[in-house]
Amino acid sequence: MAQPPDTRSADTRSADTGSADTGVIHDIGYRGYSGPRLGRGYATRSLFTQSLRAAYGLGRSGKSKVLPMLVLAVVTVPAAIVVAVAITMKRDQLPVEYAGYLASVNLVIAVFLASQAPVLLSRDLRYQTVPLYFSRPITRTDYVRAKFAAMVCAQLLLMAAPLLVLYLGALLGGMDFSYNTGHFLYGLVAAVLYALVPTSVALVIAAATPRRGFGVAAIMGYLAVSAAVAAVAVGISDPGTTGSDAAQWTSLISPTELVESLVNEVFDLGVGLDRRYAPGGLGIAVFALVALALVVGSYRLLLTRYKKV
Amino acid sequence: MVGVSTAVIKTDGLTKRFPRVTALDQLTVEVRPGVVGLVGSNGAGKSTLIKILLGLAPATSGRGEVLGLDIATRGSEIRERVGYMPEHDCLPPDVSATEFVVHMARMAGLPATAARERTADTLRHVGLYEERYRPMGGYSTGMKQRVKLAQALVHDPKLVLLDEPTNGLDPAGRDEMLGLIRRVHTDFGISVLVTTHLLGELERTCDHLVVIDGGKLLRSSSTASFTEATAVLAVEVTDFPEDHFPEDHGRAPGEAVRERLAAAGVEVQPEGTHLLLVRLADESTYDTIRDTVAGLGLGLVRLEQRRHRVAELFTGERDSGRNDQDGGDDQDDQSSRGGSDDGAAS
Repeated sequence: MAQPPDTRSADTRSADTGSADTGVIHDIGYRGYSGPRLGRGYATRSLFTQSLRAAYGLGRSGKSKVLPMLVLAVVTVPAAIVVAVAITMKRDQLPVEYAGYLASVNLVIAVFLASQAPVLLSRDLRYQTVPLYFSRPITRTDYVRAKFAAMVCAQLLLMAAPLLVLYLGALLGGMDFSYNTGHFLYGLVAAVLYALVPTSVALVIAAATPRRGFGVAAIMGYLAVSAAVAAVAVGISDPGTTGSDAAQWTSLISPTELVESLVNEVFDLGVGLDRRYAPGGLGIAVFALVALALVVGSYRLLLTRYKKV
Repeated sequence: MVGVSTAVIKTDGLTKRFPRVTALDQLTVEVRPGVVGLVGSNGAGKSTLIKILLGLAPATSGRGEVLGLDIATRGSEIRERVGYMPEHDCLPPDVSATEFVVHMARMAGLPATAARERTADTLRHVGLYEERYRPMGGYSTGMKQRVKLAQALVHDPKLVLLDEPTNGLDPAGRDEMLGLIRRVHTDFGISVLVTTHLLGELERTCDHLVVIDGGKLLRSSSTASFTEATAVLAVEVTDFPEDHFPEDHGRAPGEAVRERLAAAGVEVQPEGTHLLLVRLADESTYDTIRDTVAGLGLGLVRLEQRRHRVAELFTGERDSGRNDQDGGDDQDDQSSRGGSDDGAAS
C-alpha cells in the first residue's frame, strides 16, 4: 500500500514517437490513482444526487425526461394561471389555499411518484446493479437512505415549485404578506408530509418487484384505489353533525387523504362539505401516529428487503 | 513487480454455514500478489468466498484479511481498495458506458473530475473507444464484459475479484479477455483473483491456482505444478486400411493402439469410442505415440493437448469415483450462465 502507484508502468514510447499535435493517439500506459478517496459519506451523497437527477430523467435518455417534465409543467402552470388571473382581477387574496392546491393536483403528483419510484429501485434490481453498489464502500443502509432521501426530495421539489409560484405571485400582486407567508408555510408542511408518507409506501412496493411496469401499476393502483374508497365513504356518509366524523376515519387507508386530513385539521384549513379532516384531538393523534408508522415502517421494510440482496 | 510480499488475501479456518448447506468449510488459504485462479465446480463456494471477502456477508466462524484489513470489521475500507466484477449481467441498458463507469467511480469515492479522467483512461485500456458514448443495451457480450471489467478497475484498486469473466464469450473474445486479465497485473500492477471452472483457461493466465470443492481447500499451488501433473494428450486414429490386416485383426484400431502404448509403459485410457487419453510424461511420449500408430499402419487423426477440466483434476487428486463428473460438467457450464451457483450463496 505504500508504494508510489504512479510509477508502475510509465510507457516511455509515447515520449519519442512524435509530437502531440499530429493527432495520433499514443498509448501512454497505465496511470495509477493516488488522489483522494472520499469514502462512504461522499459515495452515499453521490448516489443521492444521481438518483434525484434520475427521478427527473436527468442523466438518462431524452425519452425518460418527458414524463417528469410534463408532470412538473402540469403541476406548476395552473398555479401561474391562478396567480395571473388573481392579479388581473385585482383580488386581495389568492382564490386557492396553498395546501388545498396540493390536494387538488394530488393525482398528478401520484402519477409522478408511481412512475419514478420504480425508476430509482426496480431498475437496479432488474439489471442486477445492486450487487455492484454493495461491492463499493457504501453499506446496504446507505443505499436505502440515499434512495429514500432522493425520492422524498424529488417529490418535495415537485410540490415546492407551484407553491413558490403562488407565493411569489401573491407578493408581487401586493396581497397581504403575513397571511400569505403563514399559509405558504402551511403549504410547505403539507408538501413535506405528502413527500414522506405516500412516497415511503411507494418505495416499498417498488423494491418488491424488479419489473418496472408492475411497480408503476401497483403504486398507482394502491394510491388511486385507496383514495377513491376514502372519498366514496366520506361522500355517501350523511354530512350531518355526528355521522360524518365516523366516515373521516376511512382516510386512514389512503396515504394522500391521510395527509390532507391531518393538515386541514391541524392548520384549520378547508371549507365545504367534502372537506377532509382528522376528527378532533384524538383524530389528530391517531392520524399523526399512522403517518409516522407508515414512514418508519416502510423504511425498516426497505432495510430488511436489501439485507438479502 | 509489486514489491510487496505480504498476502493480498488470507483466510484462517473460514466457515460459512447456511441453514441447509455448508458453503465454506474451514478454509485456510493465503493468496500472494499476482494473478491467482480460484477453481471449483458450481456450488464449490467460490461466490460465497468472494462475498465474504468483500465484507458483504459475515462468516459463521474463522477469520480473514484482504490487503491486511480484517473482513469482519473493515469491510467498507476493503471495498474502497478492491474491485469486483460479478458473473451476472449488471449493466443498465439505457445508460452509456461512460456515464455508468463515472457513476461507479464516484461510488468508490473518487471526486467528480478524477472519476471522469479515470473512466476515460480505463475504458481505453479495456479496449472501448467510440462506442462508449452509446447506450449499453446495444453492446455485444464482449463489450459488456469489458465495461464490467472497467467498472472494477476504475478506482485503481489494489486487487480485483473477477467472477467468471470469460462466461458467454466466443473463443476469440475469451482469448482477448484472458490477455486483458494478464495485463491488469503485468501493466497495471493490480493483483487479480479470477474464478472459473475451466482450468485450461487459467493455466495460460494465472501464476497460482487455488482449488476448492464443497467449500474445502483441495489444493493451492503454482500453475506450473498443476499442469505438469495433469497434462493429457487426446489421440484419435484412423481405421485400419483395407489391405492391411495385422495380427490383432478384428479388433478396433483404438484398442490395438492402447494395448501397445500400455505395453510401452505409457499411461493411457479410452474415452468414448474414438479417443484415447494419454498422460504426457515428457517429450518422448509424443515419439512413442507416433511410432506405435505408424507401426500399426494407422493414420493419426488427432493429437492434441487436452483442456483440463476441474473434474479431471479432482479425479487425479482423489479417486473417490468421480469419473462421471466429466459429462456432467458440460451441463454445469450452461447453467452457470444464469448464475446458478449464487443459489447457495444468497
